[in-house]
Amino acid sequence: MAKIIGGITTSHIPAIGIAMDKGLEDTPYWKDFFAAYPPIREWLGEQKPDIAIVFYNDHGLEMFLDKKPTFALGCAPRYENADEGWGIATIPPVTGETDLSWHIANELIEHDFDPTICQDIKVDHGLTVPLSLMYPGRNYQHLKVIPVCINCERFPMPKPSRCYALGQAIGRAVESFAGDQKVVVLGTGGLSHQLDGERAGFINTDFDLESMDKLVNDPEALTKYSNDDLVEIAGAQAVELNMWLAMRGTMLGGVKEIHRNYVAPISNTGAGTQLLLNE
Amino acid sequence: MTKQDKGTWGTIKFDGPLATRGYALNKMCYSFNDAEAREEFKKDEAAYCDKFGLTPEQKEAVIKRDILGLERLGGSIYYLAKFAGLLGLNVQDVGGIQTGRTTEEFKAYLESQGRGKDNG
Ligand SMILES: [Fe+2]
Repeated sequence: MAKIIGGITTSHIPAIGIAMDKGLEDTPYWKDFFAAYPPIREWLGEQKPDIAIVFYNDHGLEMFLDKKPTFALGCAPRYENADEGWGIATIPPVTGETDLSWHIANELIEHDFDPTICQDIKVDHGLTVPLSLMYPGRNYQHLKVIPVCINCERFPMPKPSRCYALGQAIGRAVESFAGDQKVVVLGTGGLSHQLDGERAGFINTDFDLESMDKLVNDPEALTKYSNDDLVEIAGAQAVELNMWLAMRGTMLGGVKEIHRNYVAPISNTGAGTQLLLNE
Repeated sequence: MTKQDKGTWGTIKFDGPLATRGYALNKMCYSFNDAEAREEFKKDEAAYCDKFGLTPEQKEAVIKRDILGLERLGGSIYYLAKFAGLLGLNVQDVGGIQTGRTTEEFKAYLESQGRGKDNG
């Protein structure tokens, strides 16, 4: 069976991609943030996963409001990136994966999740920034990526509990796949931040650190929040925690935290990074 | 400053009714993914708004760069970010505009809540 070898959480904000393009990693503003990544890159280099399942949200590149999936699953052999309108460099195509993707599609629908199945989608910074962080120098094309997109932009949005359950269903689907592939799972985005309204700029570092603890030891506690709770406690865009919860769901059982970093503010956000392994 | 009847203070919840109200506005901002569309907008902003069928209030808020106003008229911050990007504004600039701060003041506000940087 295919095996999930670890889970990674990371921010995916555009400013990170822009900072990497400009070579700002060692500047005072950015160095504490980028310090999070060498240990994770080292681990990826040792473990050499074949496939990455990436939970991300589309901020208006592919999935406009006209037809916007609540959950979407990519089943394509490759994914293009494109101009998002405000100056982040377009990166070369991301390699996809079709066998495990279709297996996940079948298993999800069998287990009462009904995602939109996508055979041709562009992927935005929500997916490309994490890949660029994991594999600097655009060195990611050997990795087969399965994008899983969660609506985090327009209410109604899937609940935290539902996102966690989606992750669990995907985790079980991977376990039941006849193959020996090594799979890493990425939960991207977050953490506390708010872009809109008079409350713009709100960050809650206590909440972020507590959430990172709970993600390891008590993820069920995080599923008790509603999306409105997350907005109130940690800012309008803190609903991106849902993608972290989905990642954690795939790990099915106890995990240990191998590595953690947290820096705020990075752009307008609290930026958390974790590497989790199954116990 | 608005205190909403329900929901979180200073937060404009982008839900179904607001998405209905702002559909044309967001569609226009979505078009800014395309470089040619950005140029066309810059040449004649009002005409570009008309092309997408914005309401007079939305059009006026676009011309005035009234980000809060645009949010109340149904603009999603993710699509408004593309509008802001076209104007050369980043998310700190937009944060400042919405909170009545200069960009530097807004950055200082962010830093005042910060943690984990050894540069202070
Ligand atoms: Fe995001």
